[in-house]
Amino acid sequence: MSSAVPAPPDQPSYLGAETTVASWLGTRDHKRIALLYLFTITGFFVLGAVAAALMRWQLAVPSADLVTSDTYNRLFTLHGVVMVWFFLIPSIPTVLGNFLLPLMIGARDVAFPKLNLASWYIFVVGGLLALYAIVVGGVDTGWTFYTPYSSTYANGHVMVMAAGIFVAGFSSIATGLNFIVTVHKLRAPGMRWFRLPLFVWAIYATSVIMVLATPVLAITLLLMGLERVCGIGIFDPRIGGDPLLFQHLFWFYSHPAVYIMILPAMGVMSEIITCFARKRIFGYPVMAFSILSIAGLGFLVWGHHMFVSSQSVYAGVVFSFLSFLVSVPSAIKVFNWIGTLYRGSITLATPLLYALGFLALFTIGGLTGLFLATLAVDVHLHDTYFVIAHFHYIMVGGGVMAYIGGIHYWWPKISGRMYPERWAAFAAVTIFVGFNLTFFPQFLLGYLGMPRRYQIYPAEFHTLNVVSSLGAVVLAVGYLLPLFYLPRSFFRGPLAGPNPWKATGLEWQTPSPPPPENFGETPVVTGPPYDYPPL
Amino acid sequence: MKALAGPPSDWLPAASGVAPRVDHALRGLLGASLFMVVVLTALTLYILIRYRRGSGASRRPLRIATWKIEATWIGGTLAVFLCFFFEGAGVYAEMERIPPGLREISVTGRQWMWDVRYPSGRREFNAIHVRLGTPVRIVLSSEDVIHSFYVPAFRIKQDVVPGKIVSTWFDPTRAGTYTLFCAQYCGTAHAQMLGQVVVLDDSDYAAWAHGGSHPGEGAAPAARGQAVYRRLGCAACHEGPGATPAPSLRGLYGGIAVMADGRRLQADEQYLHDAVLDGPHFRVAGYPPTMPTFAGILAPADTVDLVAYLESLGRTPPSAPARP
Repeated sequence: MSSAVPAPPDQPSYLGAETTVASWLGTRDHKRIALLYLFTITGFFVLGAVAAALMRWQLAVPSADLVTSDTYNRLFTLHGVVMVWFFLIPSIPTVLGNFLLPLMIGARDVAFPKLNLASWYIFVVGGLLALYAIVVGGVDTGWTFYTPYSSTYANGHVMVMAAGIFVAGFSSIATGLNFIVTVHKLRAPGMRWFRLPLFVWAIYATSVIMVLATPVLAITLLLMGLERVCGIGIFDPRIGGDPLLFQHLFWFYSHPAVYIMILPAMGVMSEIITCFARKRIFGYPVMAFSILSIAGLGFLVWGHHMFVSSQSVYAGVVFSFLSFLVSVPSAIKVFNWIGTLYRGSITLATPLLYALGFLALFTIGGLTGLFLATLAVDVHLHDTYFVIAHFHYIMVGGGVMAYIGGIHYWWPKISGRMYPERWAAFAAVTIFVGFNLTFFPQFLLGYLGMPRRYQIYPAEFHTLNVVSSLGAVVLAVGYLLPLFYLPRSFFRGPLAGPNPWKATGLEWQTPSPPPPENFGETPVVTGPPYDYPPL
Repeated sequence: MKALAGPPSDWLPAASGVAPRVDHALRGLLGASLFMVVVLTALTLYILIRYRRGSGASRRPLRIATWKIEATWIGGTLAVFLCFFFEGAGVYAEMERIPPGLREISVTGRQWMWDVRYPSGRREFNAIHVRLGTPVRIVLSSEDVIHSFYVPAFRIKQDVVPGKIVSTWFDPTRAGTYTLFCAQYCGTAHAQMLGQVVVLDDSDYAAWAHGGSHPGEGAAPAARGQAVYRRLGCAACHEGPGATPAPSLRGLYGGIAVMADGRRLQADEQYLHDAVLDGPHFRVAGYPPTMPTFAGILAPADTVDLVAYLESLGRTPPSAPARP
């Protein structure tokens, strides 16, 4: 696909070039910034996971035995806010995207390295505000902040939490802007648009959504704050507002935000599957255009969160139709990934295990999404555990599986060393089994009518909740394993060499870990991506 | 731990007219989903084994053009999806089309209880009694935050939005007691905002209707609304001989109201509600801006009653020709 001249062997890697704390906190190297994000969001992931564990522990019994209602309400709000805004949204873009985007397009760095570092600092400030809100007493609105509850009735530190999310949003916007300019301006000679790896397409489309949708969230939170602090009537009908206006504004951001979380995961999938099937991606143009059409159509389906909100029946019908439309390109991507495996030469390494896990869980998540797009069926399932199960299959079964799979796939590039294959494969299988045990029973609970955000529930829901809580134990073990073996391998794993997977992307045509400048000489691209040699 | 006894139909009965139709759509989706999961899993496993690294299987390029394959599965997927869309939208339209003339029960949500008022004036908390086979309309309002009226056995759910009157309806087809949940998170005791819908056959219903608290304990919504109407002094402007400063309310309900700014609005329940609370925004053509705003002054339950009274006025023929 390309010719790249390796950097001189005596040049230090980005890890070894400087080792002081100041050199890390003041770095403008996209690879180091990626690691700063990796540490930060791993911390938030652990925090969100602890909240989830406490919730599952409470839900193992139908009565309020472990925590009070107010505490439980704070736990699910914490879990939602932290996992959505401080883990899932930044996860693949800021860690893998930051690390790989310049490498994949043959650039020395992103377009605005200082802005990139500033994005991380902004994110940290937002995160600290959120942590402060949690420490001083928490927030009980749910991550959706529905008005007028959040703007007038909620008794937690709503404004501090909203300020944290507001600030973190600017980090998203700056990162998105940086990536868009990087893809437009810094591609290596010969790296035409339709030679871009699909991961780059996915990060590009995600960045566009971040730049266009995140300001709407900022405006929405600001309006909520104006009402809560200044008493200006925007959402509360008692002072002349409209509660549904909030939902429209909130979901106008938060539905596209679902695609901020899943599109990068789809990009990771395409890289891993082609590498371990040793085959070009099946239907490259369709794959690229489906990313773009998901990003575009994703802006037009927000009303499917509001089928029972008393919005117009006609609006409901249109939003239902558009929701079916947006699921077509996702289905096509699944078919194309399986088509890529067909007639390949498949090695079942850990990254591919995660990719196969993604395929299964994303398919189930997507199919159950159709249930919720179907108007009459959604009326029954809306705001039940069916919805909880559905979006966890997409965001955790899809997004987190791809994130961890991607971390493993590019670990040799990031650390220069190999992770322990057996431990990693064991963790992948454990996560897959634990995930299904945790969330599949929740589909049944939702169909039976158990509403979400219930700490206390009728006795007939008990058995399925116990299964779900036991599954969460297995899932927790699966998530803990990489937290031990990956850091260990960072220092003690066997050396990986530049290209342990014999993969084709430009990121593999430079030493592992890469030197600060990425490439000794700017690479020149001469062919399509995923040009694996025929066997 | 209570054992999960019995088949799923006992877990979740289909107890309303629309429930079997929702289940039909759901079963169609379930069947198609299971089919896809089984086929894709089998296919992927087959591929993983047959094309494992080092196997002798042929890897010749496909003979058929990629775009033909893509076009086939894009078209096929879209066609199947559209079938589900149409079935779901059809049943939804039926749910949302409330048959005229149903018996109305007013249900007000507040943190964290359901306040139920019957046309007879009888009032209950967290329980709704209905007669088997008699469809009822539930007129929903909220005094504080958004709640959601959810009866899984009926497959109906409707958010209860403050500042709005929203209705849902059901046709109870099976006697029994069914749980009413609040499905929209509404604060501390959200998980305890539960009620019951009790569907009684004719004899049990008659016994319930004559027993318990006496119907005379409260007045019918329209009668209560009339009291509100008097208390607020609405008649001062809306009634009287000759030219009144505000339009007559008799015969208004169900007609068309023409606004001063040219809007032509259907004078339905929501219109009456909004015009009562925000008079200046709904000034009728040909009248001075006399009507004050009652938002924040009139309690939601009183607003519902007042609207019920105005509706009853609307059914009486106009006593005097309405001004243009």
